[in-house]
Amino acid sequence: MLKISLDRLDDFFARVASEQSLYMPVDREDGQAEFRKWTEGSKLSQRLNTVRSAKDFFFPQTENLVDFKIQGKNIEVLDTREECEDFAVFGVRACDARSFSILDKVFLCEPVDSYYKNRREHGVIISLSCTRPAETCFCTVFGIDPVEPEGDISCSTDGKSMFFKVNTPKGEEFVKKFADVFEDGDPAQLEKMKEFSRNVFKKLPLANLSTDSFGGDKMMKLFNSPKWAELSEACIGCGTCTFICPTCQCYDIRDFKTNDGVKRFRCWDSCMYSEFTKMAHGNPRVSQLERFRQRFMHKLVYFPSNNDGEFGCVGCGRCLTKCPSSINIVKVMKALEVEE
Amino acid sequence: MQEKMKQRAKELLADGTVNRVMGWKKGEFGYDTTPAVFRSAEEIDKYFVCDDFTNSNLSKLLVKESKKDGVILAFLKPCDTYSFNQLLKEHRIDREKVYIIGIPGGPKLDAEIIKSKGITGITGVKNVNYTLVIDTIYGEEKMPFYEAVSVKCKSCKSKKHVIYDELIGDDGDILESDRFDEVEKLENMTSRERFDFWQRELSKCIRCNACKNVCPACTCEKCVFDNPKSGIENKAVSDSFEEKLFHIIRAFHVAGRCTDCGECSRVCPQNIPLHLLNRKFIKDINSLYGEYQAGADLDTKNPLTDYSTDDCEPSIVHERGVE
Ligand code: SF4
Ligand code: SF4
Ligand code: SF4
Ligand code: SF4
Ligand code: SF4
Repeated sequence: MLKISLDRLDDFFARVASEQSLYMPVDREDGQAEFRKWTEGSKLSQRLNTVRSAKDFFFPQTENLVDFKIQGKNIEVLDTREECEDFAVFGVRACDARSFSILDKVFLCEPVDSYYKNRREHGVIISLSCTRPAETCFCTVFGIDPVEPEGDISCSTDGKSMFFKVNTPKGEEFVKKFADVFEDGDPAQLEKMKEFSRNVFKKLPLANLSTDSFGGDKMMKLFNSPKWAELSEACIGCGTCTFICPTCQCYDIRDFKTNDGVKRFRCWDSCMYSEFTKMAHGNPRVSQLERFRQRFMHKLVYFPSNNDGEFGCVGCGRCLTKCPSSINIVKVMKALEVEE
Repeated sequence: MQEKMKQRAKELLADGTVNRVMGWKKGEFGYDTTPAVFRSAEEIDKYFVCDDFTNSNLSKLLVKESKKDGVILAFLKPCDTYSFNQLLKEHRIDREKVYIIGIPGGPKLDAEIIKSKGITGITGVKNVNYTLVIDTIYGEEKMPFYEAVSVKCKSCKSKKHVIYDELIGDDGDILESDRFDEVEKLENMTSRERFDFWQRELSKCIRCNACKNVCPACTCEKCVFDNPKSGIENKAVSDSFEEKLFHIIRAFHVAGRCTDCGECSRVCPQNIPLHLLNRKFIKDINSLYGEYQAGADLDTKNPLTDYSTDDCEPSIVHERGVE
């Protein structure tokens, strides 16, 4: 199996960064981690996860879609797109790695979102397996294996070396390009560590969370549940949960006037906001209860209903740690399932 | 303390003084408490919690609750009573509809600080003589209680309840706090350094609106930032100046009304020290118009919306801006 000894990992990063942009989680002054472009001296964060998810690479918070230049009665349409350069993202956890396949289902189905596709095609995902999960992690509930993450290449370490497992042709191309940095290694010790990690995951407090009560076929029962009133009571409608979520995918399109035309932007939107999907007649979801319900129904019912039962949550736990009121998808699932 | 609160809440529900109780509900991991309304003794017995992690301020939620039928019991910490008073002053809460029990304040803890020490897999946290004993799936961990104190409680301004119907525990005093020390540090920077500081901090902002939505001073029926017709509602941040604009507008709007409750910094997912922005305003108001604490009472006027002949002249802006 391909490997790089840990003390040479920084050289590997430098080598990759010398040929293409490389992003990875680094620690910030405030102790949290975020994905940053590798520069000389960058150190891979030891934290489990970043505050913002890795979806930013393919679906950025704001992007300029198109410009319109207006001259008299003429409107010229300017395509602002540029062909994206190849880039690599190292250190994506299994939860975020799965989130891309969820986003793909949304953005790569017809009509294909060419902005997203452009980035997706140029980005190589090098995922990293988890050995020390947090109490808020529940990826395994959605059938994700945090020890064998998805991604073009998946990495895991046995404490001495970083092992690289190639999963896709894109990953194959990447390791070929940097073939000289890899050595051949014996993964025996690694397999032992993986077994150990798998047992740790069984001990997580949310490991036994059940998805049985959810899915497309339970739609009306869940939609009409009286529990939503109480569950949404403490929600302040801030949208933090949607913005940090790796699978939240809703956006708004806004036009801004410039001196000689219009700039059209796409930006993340949140179903928690009062002006979400506002139309000429007003907003279809007038209360916070309805908006709150939308977020969880989307992940647990509507998405699986449209995607062969696949849930729209990857159990990354971000909304568990960051909600100002500590209300989140796990509490919602537990409350709704009691009813069964 | 928690038992006394539960007891008293059940009594007030039983004798009809109130028909609902606002407090906090237990979470999954011993630290993730949620503000909640309880309607029966059974609910209280099952879910009510008041501990080192019940740090959220309940006052703003009372705006909504006091519009409903019947009286609601609310447990307010000293800092929360300032917010409550300020909301009363702004006619946002119906005083008759709220029965306030003042409870002692913190220091409350911030689970993020515990996690930042590398402690993870947390399933419970106990305070044993000011040592935190933390149960995790990896075994027991310990850390000093005071190291986990939340930012807002670290520079507590007052242990005194400025409004209540009854108290559980003793009332405290207004404290000499060091809350302006950090502001002074910023003031002593050159304008370039200060700009870089805020640039670095505010560029982390994801415009999630948690700071705005949690703020007890932000209770406009329709906030300009949620209103597409306002022209500044802006989810699409097209340049780095717009992030700053949001924060500067908000800080100006709450100036003189911000009680320094600390909720904005507590909820920010990106750990942006928003309290420093608000404290700068408070400090300036104190030095330009005399000591003023928003929410301390119901009668004094906010110096920024009051006029007196010895108010400072507008030229002060220019004079102070010179380096
Ligand atoms: S669930 Fe929490 S994070 Fe999400 S909008 Fe409501 S209060 Fe904000
Ligand atoms: S809903 Fe919460 S746990 Fe699920 S993917 Fe989104 S942020 Fe992560
Ligand atoms: S949710 Fe799973 S994959 Fe994500 S960080 Fe936690 S353990 Fe790793
Ligand atoms: S809570 Fe923090 S990240 Fe969210 S809008 Fe406010 S400052 Fe920005
Ligand atoms: S600005 Fe911050 S400290 Fe001031 S009242 Fe609002 S939430 Fe509290």
